[in-house]
Amino acid sequence: MSDEMMDEGGVVKKFMYVNRKAPHGTIYALESLEVVLIAAAFDQDVSLVFVDDGVYQLMKEQKTDGIEVKNFSPTYRALEMYDIEKLYVEKESLDARGLTTDDLLVPVEVMSAAEMADLMAQQDVVLSF
Amino acid sequence: MKFAILVNEGPYQHQAADTAYLFTRSALEKGHSIDRIFFYHDGVNNSSSLTEPPQDDRNIVERWTKLADEHGVDLVVCVAAALRRGIKDDNLAKGFRISGLGQLIEAGIQADRLMVFGD
Repeated sequence: MSDEMMDEGGVVKKFMYVNRKAPHGTIYALESLEVVLIAAAFDQDVSLVFVDDGVYQLMKEQKTDGIEVKNFSPTYRALEMYDIEKLYVEKESLDARGLTTDDLLVPVEVMSAAEMADLMAQQDVVLSF
Repeated sequence: MKFAILVNEGPYQHQAADTAYLFTRSALEKGHSIDRIFFYHDGVNNSSSLTEPPQDDRNIVERWTKLADEHGVDLVVCVAAALRRGIKDDNLAKGFRISGLGQLIEAGIQADRLMVFGD
């Protein structure tokens, strides 16, 4: 990555990536993760949110052999190495799907839809996938 | 206000490409600036020069080209998403350029508002 791309005059904005879709079936989750990994190089304040079917992206023990697509879920465990540590999961979305944090492959902060709305309101840039 | 736009859906299949265009045109008419439009996911298909819609329909690709031509809007297509879907410099419509995801993040940093148009 060139210096020019990295130099944004020291501006640090709050970037939130909102993941709403199941990990497979469409490419949204995979390509969203690609954006997040690139974004990590820009030294911005990054947080990831998982709502609706997006919570399935963090499910443990995903097996994709049967549908012949790449299982990219281990990448979520690598986010920590990119200094991306703010992962938020909506409680209502977990409850509606009978899931708990025990089902997820990374540590997350669970918050209500109302708390999530407050957090979103504090962001500078919200990218929804 | 300085806007940046993200288009995440392909032309004709989904209204997002139309809405993004109409928003952009209206914002420019009202005196706002739009420095960059970034095309991601199936949105990269908005840049295919091979697109040939029926005569009585809008030409979405040409519309973007005209926007770039008349207003100097930077139309950037994500390279990884483009290669996956068969978009290359060979079939890239006029006014578009292929570049990396860093251009999207940069647009988010520089703009006052980043508008996302998708499903």
